[in-house]
Amino acid sequence: MSGLQTRREWLLSDSPVSRGQARWGQSYRIWLALTANRLAMVGLWIVIILALLAIFAPLIAPYDPLEGIGGLRGARLEPPSWSHPFGTDDLSRDILSRVLHGSRLTLLVVLLVAVIATPIGLAIGTAAGYFGGWVDVVLMRITDIFMAFPRLILALAFASALGPGIENAIIAIAITAWPPYARLARAETLTIRETDYINAARLQGASSLRILWGHVTPLCLSSAIVRVTLDMAGIILIAAGLGFLGLGAQPPQPEWGAMIAGGRRFIIDQWWVATMPGLAIFIVALGFNLLGDGLRDVLDPKARK
Amino acid sequence: MALPSPTQTEGRASALPAFLWNATKLLLTVAVTLLGLLLVTFLISHVISVDPVLAVVGDRASKSTYDKMFIEMGLDRPLYEQFWIYVQKVLSLDFGKSFLTKKDVVDDIARAFPATLELATLAIIIGTVIGVPLGIVSAVKAGKPIDQFVRIIGLIGYSAPIFWLGLLGLLVFYAKLDWISGPGRIDIAYEYSITPATGMLLVDSAMQGQWEAFRNAFSHIILPASLLGYNAMAYISRMTRSFMLTELAQEYVITARVKGVPEWRIIWVHALRNAAVPLVTVIAFSYGGLLEGSVLTETVFAWPGLGLYLTNSLQVADMNAVLGGTLVIGTIFVGLNLLSDLLYNVLDPRVRRRGGKS
Repeated sequence: MSGLQTRREWLLSDSPVSRGQARWGQSYRIWLALTANRLAMVGLWIVIILALLAIFAPLIAPYDPLEGIGGLRGARLEPPSWSHPFGTDDLSRDILSRVLHGSRLTLLVVLLVAVIATPIGLAIGTAAGYFGGWVDVVLMRITDIFMAFPRLILALAFASALGPGIENAIIAIAITAWPPYARLARAETLTIRETDYINAARLQGASSLRILWGHVTPLCLSSAIVRVTLDMAGIILIAAGLGFLGLGAQPPQPEWGAMIAGGRRFIIDQWWVATMPGLAIFIVALGFNLLGDGLRDVLDPKARK
Repeated sequence: MALPSPTQTEGRASALPAFLWNATKLLLTVAVTLLGLLLVTFLISHVISVDPVLAVVGDRASKSTYDKMFIEMGLDRPLYEQFWIYVQKVLSLDFGKSFLTKKDVVDDIARAFPATLELATLAIIIGTVIGVPLGIVSAVKAGKPIDQFVRIIGLIGYSAPIFWLGLLGLLVFYAKLDWISGPGRIDIAYEYSITPATGMLLVDSAMQGQWEAFRNAFSHIILPASLLGYNAMAYISRMTRSFMLTELAQEYVITARVKGVPEWRIIWVHALRNAAVPLVTVIAFSYGGLLEGSVLTETVFAWPGLGLYLTNSLQVADMNAVLGGTLVIGTIFVGLNLLSDLLYNVLDPRVRRRGGKS
């Protein structure tokens, strides 16, 4: 108990003795502020549960997500019951099992889009901010052009040119997702560019590439990651929209948007087929939104009011 | 007395060129952006597309038909030449023919556009009328339960897929409660009784005094417009809240309070007038965002607008139609952003003066 107490005191010390202590202390304060926000914690738990469900989906799911129970017509369009809490769809598949397996696809889309779009945005933004002049004008014009399309529309156009499929949907979403990160990274680079330690690195003969990669990008990374977290809900909704329009994951893959499209025909009499996967999208998007909202409140003192 | 003060003349003399300079810069930016839109759609259709020829001739075509089409579509020429031809075509409003409808894409879009305009306009009205008061109330009662409530309403709007809400809305209000009409714009019985003028059924039927048809069209549009409006409302109320918080912390509000101005007047007259300037730009901006939501909403409600046209074309990889629609929506989006910029310049006296000084 006392050991825990001292660690807490070490973290919250007003006069940190090392850089590490200061950094850990700051992270701990952010964490404390975040845990004090009840809605943000709800969001965090939703995201954690999503991750756990996605990892253990094959163990948790009671039925096979792709095979109908007792053949195609064995248990067709059964309403929610104890054996099928979410009911079954028109091919006798257990909807709960499909929703659980679908969480893997959702998580895959979100993670891959973040992994593809963030580096593109960072590279373009830091280069524009660091070099300035013509490079800046051209790169930022390109960024503005991509922002001039509504995101879903641009993703639709790319996805339809690339052809349907979840990989192409991920590429299409990533292509439309990077511009905000580029803007953010450019703004940060502009303030970093003139600092003494960048000048020092330059005087030591470091190449532009080395300065950008080794000194500027790491400093832009944390705000880009926060921004990605804020965008996750939007990414999930766009992915679901693409799936709903038939451009994302293809049947029989249990993608939530595509499942809603599949249940659309039965919405009046067998409401559960479209409702359950939609509920899953809604809860997960809400979780990311709550978490993102809380993060913004904690990290941006101007927004905290 | 006869001489105007020197500062005055200076102000007037420099105001005009500065304004012109700003306007030129803005127009140039817009022109470059529009050219960029063209470039992006060109790249999508000519470079990324798996095989544009195959999409036209089908996979059963013989080698000679394929080659003929390849040359006819200009795919044998260098890319920059293809782009130049593409720009010329688009500037003369030639987006090609749609494989699906067998008509010119431009005509298709012109026919579908009023339906989308009608839907989006009603949606932005709903979003503004509800969103602005909600934002004001939650700013005044910041941190109180009502503020939390508005915040959660907004978060739900940000989080729920609009096509899913649409399906649930149809299930509850159309199938179960029978309060509204189902998908489509109007019942077939009324479809040909209205003479098309603006193409917006609510406006046309009202102008022609056909109130039966008006009521029918309204019962069709109210659910999709409310759902789209909900999306806009979530954004508008959040922005209103933050603008009002800024204004309510200003010194003129304290001065007004000290002078004994009633609180409702401070909020709804003094503060709101100042918050209105950025708010107008936000509303113009979210009007553009509705175009995005309308694609999914129109699909669910079989609303024969631009969005449904786009998604129907997507299903069969009708690239001429897809890119024509994308380009039109992108251009409208750019136009609305430009409009919101201009409005900000015109409405905010501080920006106006700054423009004159520089």
